Amino acid sequence: MAEEENMIKVYIIDREGKKHELDAPTDMSMNIMEVCKAYELPVEGRCGGMAMCATCQCYLESDTELAEQSDSELDMLDEAFFVEDNSRLGCQIPITKEIDGITLRLAPEGN
Amino acid sequence: MIETDIIIIGAGPVGLFTVFEAGLLKLKCHLIDSLPQPGGQLTEIYPKKPIYDIPGYPTVGAGELVDNLMEQIKPFNPQFTLGESAVTIDETEDDQFIVTTNRGTKHKAPIVMIAGGLGVFEPRKPPVENLEKFEDKGVEYIIKDPEFYRGKKVVVAGGGDSALDWSIYLVENKIVSELSLVHRRNSFRGHLDSVQKVMDLADEGKINLITEAEVTGISGTDNVESVTIKHKTQGEMVKECDHFVPLFGLKPSLGPIGDWGLEIEKNAIKVDTEAYTTNRPGIYAIGDVNVYPGKLKLILCGFHEGTIAVQSAFARIHPDKKNVLKYTTVNGVNGF
Repeated sequence: MAEEENMIKVYIIDREGKKHELDAPTDMSMNIMEVCKAYELPVEGRCGGMAMCATCQCYLESDTELAEQSDSELDMLDEAFFVEDNSRLGCQIPITKEIDGITLRLAPEGN
Repeated sequence: MIETDIIIIGAGPVGLFTVFEAGLLKLKCHLIDSLPQPGGQLTEIYPKKPIYDIPGYPTVGAGELVDNLMEQIKPFNPQFTLGESAVTIDETEDDQFIVTTNRGTKHKAPIVMIAGGLGVFEPRKPPVENLEKFEDKGVEYIIKDPEFYRGKKVVVAGGGDSALDWSIYLVENKIVSELSLVHRRNSFRGHLDSVQKVMDLADEGKINLITEAEVTGISGTDNVESVTIKHKTQGEMVKECDHFVPLFGLKPSLGPIGDWGLEIEKNAIKVDTEAYTTNRPGIYAIGDVNVYPGKLKLILCGFHEGTIAVQSAFARIHPDKKNVLKYTTVNGVNGF
């Protein structure tokens, strides 16, 4: 079915440690932050996805290969709080079939 | 006391365009904004970003859109209170509102429109235990007067331009007796010139540069006496100081408006979409600050909301006056 062909699984571990299995479409130009918001997970995404706040920060917990981080993402993470080596901004991870099965843990609030 | 017809809280694009629509109805506006310049997020956060969904503009820079809006509302001579945030709202016996800012400036009008966007820009506070306890007792998030630090031992935290530039300024002008700059990473992403300058000053022993480290605690009986700095590999150390100045930029929050007795849902003000009225008659909320079923946080939706709201405001101010929608193509723009 065409619809399912364009869907991947995304796993998000919320701040209480609960793991959510989400279906994310690859043909809607969405990113992880937007998928989390669409499922009403507690992700603020204050700047709207411009890598200008860090309220969608998450930690990559699967061995998914992601594209190299942009300068703007690195700049923002430089100023963010609770940053770890595996920190990413959800808004900078586009939903593509390459990241099918990705697991991310939401960073604490307070950015 | 500043008196006007409509007090607009927030001088972002929606607040600015509302001045135009109010002006067509001969209503005067006064805008209050915590930032020192009009434009809200557009000028403060992303002035160079292109916007593609303003009708009639295939693309327009955020800063350019604000400049255009300022030009568009010029005939209606809007007044501004900038660099001050609206803190309290009081109602008088004759159904007027008095909005007072953090600096005590008072504004009086029969109508208040909250176009506050994401809210008031406040300093981002790092997650350090006890931080708030030491605010104004050695912890400052903004350097207002560098002379305040004369002869003091100061620890600055952050890796952006603000942290770098202030560190350089305080050291080069021989204001502080000692300056430590703490940054989480080994590299800085500020302006290359500033980064080089900090490195040079560190080499000369004038800046105590502590990288791959974070301030994790503050100690002192009344005022700040020392901070705990945790290094990525070398563990914790205690640094004596008089001031701890975390400079991590700004973030918006709803702020005091949250306590104005307005219905709040998901950090936004609930409105009725017939006229974008709040639960308090005479107070409207337009743009990103409001919420209703089907809400979209788009500039173009905010323009619509402001336009509808001023029609209702007119009826409230002039209950006996007849009014009919006028077209600018017919009447042009007659300012005052």
